[in-house]
Amino acid sequence: MARVTFDEERCKGCGLCVPVCPKQIVVIRTDKLNSKGLHPACVERQDLCIGCAFCAIMCPDQVIEVER
Amino acid sequence: MEKVFKITKGLTGVPMHYCPGCTHGIVHRLVAEVLEEMDVIESAIGVSSVGCTYNNYDYFACDMLQAAHGRAPAVATGVKRVHPGSLVFTYQGDGDLAAIGTAEIVHAAARGERITTIFVNNAIYGMTSGQMAPTTLIGQVTTTTPFGRDAAIHGYPIRMSEMLSTLDGAAFIQRVSMHDVRNVREAKKAIAKAFRLQSEGAGFTMVEILSTCPTNWGIDPVGSLEWIKEMMIPQYPLGVYKDVTAGGDK
Amino acid sequence: MSNRVLMKGNEAIAEAAVKAGCRHYFGYPITPQTEIAHYLAKRMKDVDGVFLQAESEVAAINMVYGAAGAGARVLTSSSSPGISLKQEGFSYIAGAEIPSVVVNVMRCGPGLGGILPAQGDYFQCVKGGGHGDYKNLVLAASGVQELFSLTMEAFDLADKYRILVVILADGTIGQMMEPVIIPEDTDMKIFDKPWAASGKKGGNVHHTIKSIYIDPVVLEGLNNRLQSKYREIEANEVRVETSALEDAEIVITAFGTCARIAKNVIKEAAREGIKVGLIRPITLWPFPVEIISETARKDSVKAFLDIELNAGQMVEDVRLAVNGKKEVLFHGRTGGMIPSQEEILDIVRRIAGGGF
Repeated sequence: MARVTFDEERCKGCGLCVPVCPKQIVVIRTDKLNSKGLHPACVERQDLCIGCAFCAIMCPDQVIEVER
Repeated sequence: MEKVFKITKGLTGVPMHYCPGCTHGIVHRLVAEVLEEMDVIESAIGVSSVGCTYNNYDYFACDMLQAAHGRAPAVATGVKRVHPGSLVFTYQGDGDLAAIGTAEIVHAAARGERITTIFVNNAIYGMTSGQMAPTTLIGQVTTTTPFGRDAAIHGYPIRMSEMLSTLDGAAFIQRVSMHDVRNVREAKKAIAKAFRLQSEGAGFTMVEILSTCPTNWGIDPVGSLEWIKEMMIPQYPLGVYKDVTAGGDK
Repeated sequence: MSNRVLMKGNEAIAEAAVKAGCRHYFGYPITPQTEIAHYLAKRMKDVDGVFLQAESEVAAINMVYGAAGAGARVLTSSSSPGISLKQEGFSYIAGAEIPSVVVNVMRCGPGLGGILPAQGDYFQCVKGGGHGDYKNLVLAASGVQELFSLTMEAFDLADKYRILVVILADGTIGQMMEPVIIPEDTDMKIFDKPWAASGKKGGNVHHTIKSIYIDPVVLEGLNNRLQSKYREIEANEVRVETSALEDAEIVITAFGTCARIAKNVIKEAAREGIKVGLIRPITLWPFPVEIISETARKDSVKAFLDIELNAGQMVEDVRLAVNGKKEVLFHGRTGGMIPSQEEILDIVRRIAGGGF
């Protein structure tokens, strides 16, 4: 069981976290804008998360924390 | 559940100004994590240079000095000679280190100055809007090589890790990359080793990190990681160029 | 009990720095000041200090920035062309308010010039050779003993005001040998440096040494603070030597070697019945405006004669201070040439005779 949290205000929507996820559950919320006017990343299917933290490793903006 | 990845205390938490997808943010975090793991945040002293990272004195939680363009290794020398027990590092880009700062980095390495240089190489000038860097590739289009870098006019890119590894004062030099998770992990190991060897008094240590500049390359962030892999690595091969602990070069 | 030693000017600077508690020297060889480096290469070892020959004058001033920014008393020395190289560093040091001491043993220029003495760096050091609005505190000695004591004081002034202090000596002063009474070790003034980047040490906020402030409101604030500091220095730190001003008809203004020549000229002139006085600025910045202005108001004074080893630099500040009240004449030599006593006396006679 694992959970990732994304600080959507810090996120710049760069997308580096998306292709590295082995479960392909990281998405860019094109329907949402943070206060910087950027589309933040998030994970909806937390149940599929294995807590590998690859997304957090690739994030340049300290957006992601991972619990397992 | 326990946190298996949380934001390091080595960073102040101030949001970084870098472009979306710029891998400076990853490099900063790796350096900060190592500072925290070595428990030296309270004594380490870093030197910011000039370029996109001119203000990373706001991002690192340790004491910082901001140096003139190219001069960070000289500033770090002054700091280390006053505080030999503190971990001292410079954080420099390719213009700062390989253009205006060539004399300073060569001599700090030649002196075996017990400092660590984090050298972020993205083959272009970022802050000043995309000019040619000493590490720009042949054929690469930049704002000062709009027809592509031409060796006949602009000369050839410089391989700093190879060059500095010829100096006896250099104790550890490794070139790493930001282009995928495996390589980011390898980069952190290299930074940790460089800092550890500094604290053991081995000599000058440097980690050259191939990084992205999506904005000035004109490529999206994920595509930029590919560009490192396809275009930069052939010119700047990854690996250990100097390691005095391995009983010789490489 | 103090020690009386025959010393070269350059050596006096070096020993004075050590006596003042300086334990870090970074420098690059250049004539005519390299003896400072030679001396400290040996002497720093005695006191467990650091002597490092840098790869250039540019590197050296940046090592000063680092070491002094990290809290230490630091010295670098050079001569005119090398001081030009350091100007970027001077500006950064001013903006970051780092206490430093820089010695300039002036040689003739411009360009590579020659190795003989000159005073051609007055503009560069006093008006600022680096970019932006800043001042260096500039001290000019005219003898080796004075060079020794001014060097010691320079470190205290630097720390007190968080400013760069220039010891501005022409080549003659650096090379000449005179007896120096070296004071016995006294309690050194230790200045607290809570601003230094010497390690967070459990404090709440990390220390940053920098001179960049993107926000114009903040940067103007820094500039205003620097200007207030400079006004405070102008009000409190002017040093000047005067002689025979009471009934002087001609007042010579000169610093360094030229002041020594002037003193002899004054004696000779007195024998011929010409009353000549001397105003010798010791701080070139802050400039002794008041004494010059006061003297210009004296009825006895016919004219000022400014003598320098340059094409006319300090004379501009003399003229500003005189403010049109009296004539200000200038005599200068360049290229390493030094005016003789007779040469100056001739001019004095002409002025006394009304010919100017």
